[in-house]
Amino acid sequence: MAVSTSSVITLNINGEKHTLPVDHRTTLLDALRERLDMTGTKKGCDQGQCGACTVLLDGRRAVSCLQLAVAAENREITTIEGVAEGDRLHPVQQAFLDLDGYQCGYCTPGQICSAIGVIEEHAAGWPSAVTGDVRPEAGPPELTAEEIRERMSGNLCRCGAYVAIVDAVARAAGTAAGPAGTEEAAA
Amino acid sequence: MREFDYQRAHDVAGAVALLGAALDTRYLGGGTNLVDLMKTGVERPARLVDIRELPLDLVESTPEGGLRIGATVTNGDLAAHPEVRRRYPALAQAVLAGASGQLRNMATVGGNLLQRTRCGYFTDVTRPCNKRVPGSGCPAIAGDHHNHAILGASEHCVATHPSDMAVALSAFDAVVRYETGAGGGELPLRDFYLPVGDTPHLETALPRGALITGVTLPPLPIAGHSRYRKVRERASYAFAIGSAAAALDVHDGVVRDARLAFGAVASRPWRATAAERVLTGAPATPETFAAAADAELAAARPLEHNAYKVTLLRNLTVAVLTELAEEAAR
Amino acid sequence: MTTVVTGTTAPPRSVGTAHTRIEGRDKVTGAARYAGEVPFADLAHGWLVLSTVARGRIRAIESEAVLAMPGVLAVLDHRTAPRVNTDYSGLMGMRPDPTIAVFQHDRVPHLGWPVALVVAETSEQAREAAEALVVRYEEAPHHTGLDTDHPDAHALDGVMPGVTGKGDLEAELAASATVVDAEYTTPEEHHNPMEPHAATARWEDGRLELVDSNQGATWVTGELASLFSLDPGSVRVRSEHVGGGFGSKGIRAHQVAAVMAATLLRRPVRVVMTRRQMFSLAGYRSPTAQRVRLGADARGRLRALEHNSLSVTSTVHEYVEPAADPARVMYDADAHHTANRVIPLDVPSPTFMRAPGEAPGSFALESAMDELAERCGLDPIELRLRNEPDQGPVSGLPFAGRNLPACYREGARRFGWAGRDPRPGRRRDGRWLLGTGTASASFFAGAGPSTATLTAHPDGTFTVRIAAADIGTGARTAITLVAADALRVTPDRVRVRIGDSDFGPAMIAGGSMGTRSWSWAVTAAADELRDRLALGSDIPAEGITVRSDTAAAIGALTPAERHSYGAQFAEVAVDPATGEVRVRRMLGIFAAGRIINPLTARNQFLGGMVWGLSMALHEEAVRDRAFGGVVGADLAGYHVATNADVPRIEADWIEDHDPGDPVGIKGIGEIGIVGVAAAIANAVWHATGTRHRHLPIRPDRVLAAATADRGRPDA
Repeated sequence: MAVSTSSVITLNINGEKHTLPVDHRTTLLDALRERLDMTGTKKGCDQGQCGACTVLLDGRRAVSCLQLAVAAENREITTIEGVAEGDRLHPVQQAFLDLDGYQCGYCTPGQICSAIGVIEEHAAGWPSAVTGDVRPEAGPPELTAEEIRERMSGNLCRCGAYVAIVDAVARAAGTAAGPAGTEEAAA
Repeated sequence: MREFDYQRAHDVAGAVALLGAALDTRYLGGGTNLVDLMKTGVERPARLVDIRELPLDLVESTPEGGLRIGATVTNGDLAAHPEVRRRYPALAQAVLAGASGQLRNMATVGGNLLQRTRCGYFTDVTRPCNKRVPGSGCPAIAGDHHNHAILGASEHCVATHPSDMAVALSAFDAVVRYETGAGGGELPLRDFYLPVGDTPHLETALPRGALITGVTLPPLPIAGHSRYRKVRERASYAFAIGSAAAALDVHDGVVRDARLAFGAVASRPWRATAAERVLTGAPATPETFAAAADAELAAARPLEHNAYKVTLLRNLTVAVLTELAEEAAR
Repeated sequence: MTTVVTGTTAPPRSVGTAHTRIEGRDKVTGAARYAGEVPFADLAHGWLVLSTVARGRIRAIESEAVLAMPGVLAVLDHRTAPRVNTDYSGLMGMRPDPTIAVFQHDRVPHLGWPVALVVAETSEQAREAAEALVVRYEEAPHHTGLDTDHPDAHALDGVMPGVTGKGDLEAELAASATVVDAEYTTPEEHHNPMEPHAATARWEDGRLELVDSNQGATWVTGELASLFSLDPGSVRVRSEHVGGGFGSKGIRAHQVAAVMAATLLRRPVRVVMTRRQMFSLAGYRSPTAQRVRLGADARGRLRALEHNSLSVTSTVHEYVEPAADPARVMYDADAHHTANRVIPLDVPSPTFMRAPGEAPGSFALESAMDELAERCGLDPIELRLRNEPDQGPVSGLPFAGRNLPACYREGARRFGWAGRDPRPGRRRDGRWLLGTGTASASFFAGAGPSTATLTAHPDGTFTVRIAAADIGTGARTAITLVAADALRVTPDRVRVRIGDSDFGPAMIAGGSMGTRSWSWAVTAAADELRDRLALGSDIPAEGITVRSDTAAAIGALTPAERHSYGAQFAEVAVDPATGEVRVRRMLGIFAAGRIINPLTARNQFLGGMVWGLSMALHEEAVRDRAFGGVVGADLAGYHVATNADVPRIEADWIEDHDPGDPVGIKGIGEIGIVGVAAAIANAVWHATGTRHRHLPIRPDRVLAAATADRGRPDA
């Protein structure tokens, strides 16, 4: 069988198709950063141990450093560059900005993509390692600070901005429920 | 990382055929362990067969009341599945205790079982390691082994298996299903991992070229009352230094049946059968639970810096079983 | 042309009110580009090859095979690399660490020493070729363990003298009513900023240009100019955004290697450290072995204080972790002796890491003070208040404000310290034993000479140019607020440009001196500009530019003990069955001068406290004596605190005004970490009755202590 070590692939990123030749060794992270000049996704460890490279794959958060680009064909990839609607920041972005949920900013795109995933996973009723009773009969867990901390623990922040990150995710989770939900909460 | 060929499989037969008996080909699932090992040079495959798109991504009830879990079900989906949470809560808890949300969304059930050890000498290709390079030696025994094995290890290797999921599966008598070019087969999890002995590089009993297609959980009412507790050196996103999956059936203060397995103590998830024998028929008291733990840990052979694990596992066993017994009494 | 008046009617002050970060939008949208992300045409990628032996000589480097691999452009090693000059004085007059002079000889002084750089067209090609490069060594015996009886241990001066002493220690100890004599250790710790070190070098119009991630463009420019014997004006270093530094981002091997390769290949070359490489190339905090002896009279007043610290340095460079320094500020005693000693080992050179000296030193000293309080039967806060010195214990200089007691009063009130049962092991919540602890913090408030230029534009806006670095501190925003107030305009009229050595010499983002130093220069320039504009002349199209230099003003400061202070409080929960320790809450109250931006300042104090928590419970690089390197050199093996480890913690500050200080700003980058590990260790004692004198307080250590306690007859 003929052996090839590169392929021409098409990646669907933030709703746009990009066709490019890639070395099979190229991770999705390196394809974004070094081939497509989309440097918002960060490389902190390149080993799945820090979360800085978090993107959304088919709507679910994933680390792009362990995702081979060639294996990311047929998936919908959302990066930090694709989460805002034009000039209007995503509620998670806005909350990180307003509440200072960062310092150096290098882990921030990964934190934000991860938070978007967390809010989705929570809305789908997923339990976490700190959920007291995981049985479905117990109902979906409330998104407390403790739940946010555990669910966001795959994103290291060496500056130690965790307190503000938790506040930002909590605020965004409130607004992400939509205007109706916000009014109800305020009433 | 060296260059490699890449093929995507669309069905199980095709995947098995693509891999054949080639020693330097690997199946690629979520990639969370394999791609990392390729970067560090521990794994150097010439070809990857991508199996993520195989139709093995379902969790289904069996007619007998168990569950069939497809090999490419992600850890995230597995832990979120209502039937897993209802019938085998310790399994959901174990999966949720592992890695991070991102990694759980990528990692597959099949890949989780085949994870390699996180021993710092194994992952550093500049060091000797009998698991990576048979016969080269084990620097952990005289070096850093504070998170290494206390049970079932040998003078050739003291590494631990890193999976949380497999600990719960082990407690619940899971069976691994696989396919090869010459037909399919099944391996109970208790037979899936090989003893360390003098061949630490041989980790599973899977035939050469076999593709894990899924895991079957037998019907097990006791698993509905189960728990997984993991102790690690930080609150999240770290491998265990000791863990326990337990299920308990108590009637009138007496243990009718029990399941117990330990993690982070051996090269495999450690089913605590000696402890289960002590528990069955005994009063559901902390004294019984401690005696059960002692019966299991009598075989422990700790090294200079990991004897704390004996205490840890004993205490963890008592704590988890006590919690389960108290809940049963309510 | 317009006449701009900077303001006779000043707008509301900007300093002291919360402002989100100027570059915040760029950071949350991914638009902010860090050093490894700035595009260059014709970019080549360099990958460092590190030694796999801890000591010896390079016998052979088999480059030929690698040069034949796809895309490989060059292999630089000690036979092919340009020569560099290391005979110069760099930052603060220090000699350069020879570690940065890569590829100059065949000697290997530690494991992970750079032996070659492989340059290729793509990063994948460079990586595979670097991994394939065969290097043969002649290995020599090595020693990497911190043994307290090492024969080569010697006292070493750092920024401060190595040894200080007054009074008869043994006599005062003998005459003391209560004595504490305890040994403490802290492990090797690594900075691990989230952004790995990255640099791209190129020659452009006869100038060397480096796009870099660093804590001071002036610093890196000076070092490169000296190393490569260039006129400083012909080197330009830029670092717009920096993904954390914590002391590790000065001049390091990768920048020098990138410059060498760009020089040889005549094209831009980027070198990025891998996370694993950072464990031997990025510097680290030395492990320490410390002994503290305290003697107090019947009322708890110190008669004797001795603090000795031993740390490691490399065989090629002398760096001292000055852990004995905190006692020189915090407490006086009739006999007062401190000493910082080092032993040279076959390890990489350690370096500054967030609160060098103070972080590990305060763990030992403030733990010992807690032990003394216990033995004296005094409240730990009361003991500290009784030992507030009137003047610098070693210097004899007056304190320029010392608001530690006020920090304790405010902290004790908010934390609910009053009524605390001092006896250990009395509170329980389910499986958890609970305890509280406290400790003091201090950090030197210094300043370094800086220059700034300030331009008034005809449209009524202003541009500040200063070679500051924003490594996450919020410096860009802080400078904007300081400039706005100094110009008496609103911040939206001020543009601040930083991170470019062409803006002139400026202090580094380090030693908690950055914002204080830069604000000083910016304020001086603004004052002059306001004077110029007050004359009422028109502003030409190119604007009116003034330039300040604070060297003289800083030199004219009256000598005094200038520090920030803090009181740290922690509550912990300990499960004696599993050894797990969880911090439940923390509070830090600081006296740290004028706070410029409460939003970012609070974040930075909290970040320091998270570092303290991480140091107390998690961080530890394990160096294997047999091979001489770190085992598990990655972020799974080296644990830093995750989000789940950090509870709701609070930081706040009190009024702290020094009338004799022209700028009034103290640094806040380091004070947050100081004392936290001691506060946590003291809380663990309060929860369990066991003193933990060795960091980190791991589950196995807690378990071992609990097991030992059960073995005691009185347990």
